[in-house]
Amino acid sequence: MIEIKGISKSFDSKEILKNIDLNLERGKVNMIIGKSGAGKSVLLKCLVGLFDIDEGSILYDGRPFSEMGYQNKKEIRKEIGMLFQGSALFDSKSVLENVMFPLTIFSDKPYEEIKERALFCLRRVNIEEQANPLFPAEISGGMKKRVAIARAIALQPRYLFCDEPNSGLDPQTSIVIDNLIKEITLEFDITTVVITHDMSSVMEISDFISFIHQGQKWWEGSRDDILNSDNKEVVDFVYASNFMKAVRDNFKKR
Amino acid sequence: MSIFYHLGKYYILMLQAFAKPDKFKVVWRRVIDEMLAIGVGSIPIVAILSVFMGAVTLLQMAYNFSSPLVPYYTEGLATRDTMILEFAPTIISLILAGKVGSSIAGNLGTMKVTEQIDALEIMGVNPQSYLIMPKMVAALFVFPFIVIISIFLGTFGGYLASLLTGVIPVEKYVFGIRFDFTPFYVIYALIKAEFFALIITSVSCYQGFITSGGAKEVGDSGTRAVVYSCIIILLFDLILTQLLLTA
Repeated sequence: MIEIKGISKSFDSKEILKNIDLNLERGKVNMIIGKSGAGKSVLLKCLVGLFDIDEGSILYDGRPFSEMGYQNKKEIRKEIGMLFQGSALFDSKSVLENVMFPLTIFSDKPYEEIKERALFCLRRVNIEEQANPLFPAEISGGMKKRVAIARAIALQPRYLFCDEPNSGLDPQTSIVIDNLIKEITLEFDITTVVITHDMSSVMEISDFISFIHQGQKWWEGSRDDILNSDNKEVVDFVYASNFMKAVRDNFKKR
Repeated sequence: MSIFYHLGKYYILMLQAFAKPDKFKVVWRRVIDEMLAIGVGSIPIVAILSVFMGAVTLLQMAYNFSSPLVPYYTEGLATRDTMILEFAPTIISLILAGKVGSSIAGNLGTMKVTEQIDALEIMGVNPQSYLIMPKMVAALFVFPFIVIISIFLGTFGGYLASLLTGVIPVEKYVFGIRFDFTPFYVIYALIKAEFFALIITSVSCYQGFITSGGAKEVGDSGTRAVVYSCIIILLFDLILTQLLLTA
């Protein structure tokens, strides 16, 4: 579980995050949604320690991550897997080498065992063996995301962070990635945090939703709650598309 | 932004780069890879430049020393000493600032804007130590060899020029390059090579690491890496020459 207690973050004089409190539970897909520029990505970068917070604290299963020094943070980071918006695969390494990389750095196991674990992770995300020697530039966007998920789970993380996992993907591939995130969360019983503004993802896999607006936690609840919410900002965001309006109308008819 | 801001950031980056690596075996493998990229990858351009520099230097010496009072062998001697003292360590380093420096800054800048460096950090890997240290160590290893190769090929270029143009007799050239040899000149060249290796790699790594934005900014980082490396190399050339040769 990740507890976020009253965190704030400013850049120069501009306040991006304002006193945010959140509890992100284990074994659940916790989604953080909001408009572009609302502060979602900054919140995620604060959570993983890429940005230092100005106020408040972040606890990973009771461990005060935000107050830790570099070495202690590093230990927690070994328990974190992250899926970046652009996948962030290492260009100079093949698909297999990308997944083997964290294992090579942090494991003292022999090469064959490391390779076997990497192959297991790749099979888990449905990457066929023929793709293993290919480089990131040679594979599709959806495959890159899946390889990035395989790399993120290679060290059996306790926490998985996904920054807009569906950006730039077609609807079918988006569903594959969404389902993969959900399955992995349940299978490995990890705390998953997904940043997105894709409402179909939210409706597909979320267990808990937090809506960020103007750097503040504006609303939180479940999938059913969000469809029934009468909060103006939430309604404007969720039902921005005609498709979602139709979903709401159908939902109300039931 | 103030020069002191960048000097401070550069200093912190270097401290992080030389922190204890996560796994020595992995870093050592990276050092070998970088030695191949920086050293072996640079040999063709260094070889071509050195041969031509040596040849042109001899032709210019012959043109300028065209007096019956100056013996032919002094042109060989001057070509040799020019290659050792200046052309091999400094000019070749300036060329490598263009080739290696832009490549390092472009590579790291791309890794920065595509979040690959963030990915390393989140994994718990020290990205500075993993990415910068091997490049600097590799450059420190290979630059002296590159300079030695350049000195040999430069004097060989002079030999070719004398052989092919007949501007001075070949035996006079060979006598000249063997005459009054000062071993300290080679040490001076190697000391300069080590300094320039550090300057090129560290400045380029710094420029790569502070990149933010997109393709344009990556290109700008490459350009800044080359320009700043060249200026600092020339500045240190002056300081080291004053300290080592004239002090």
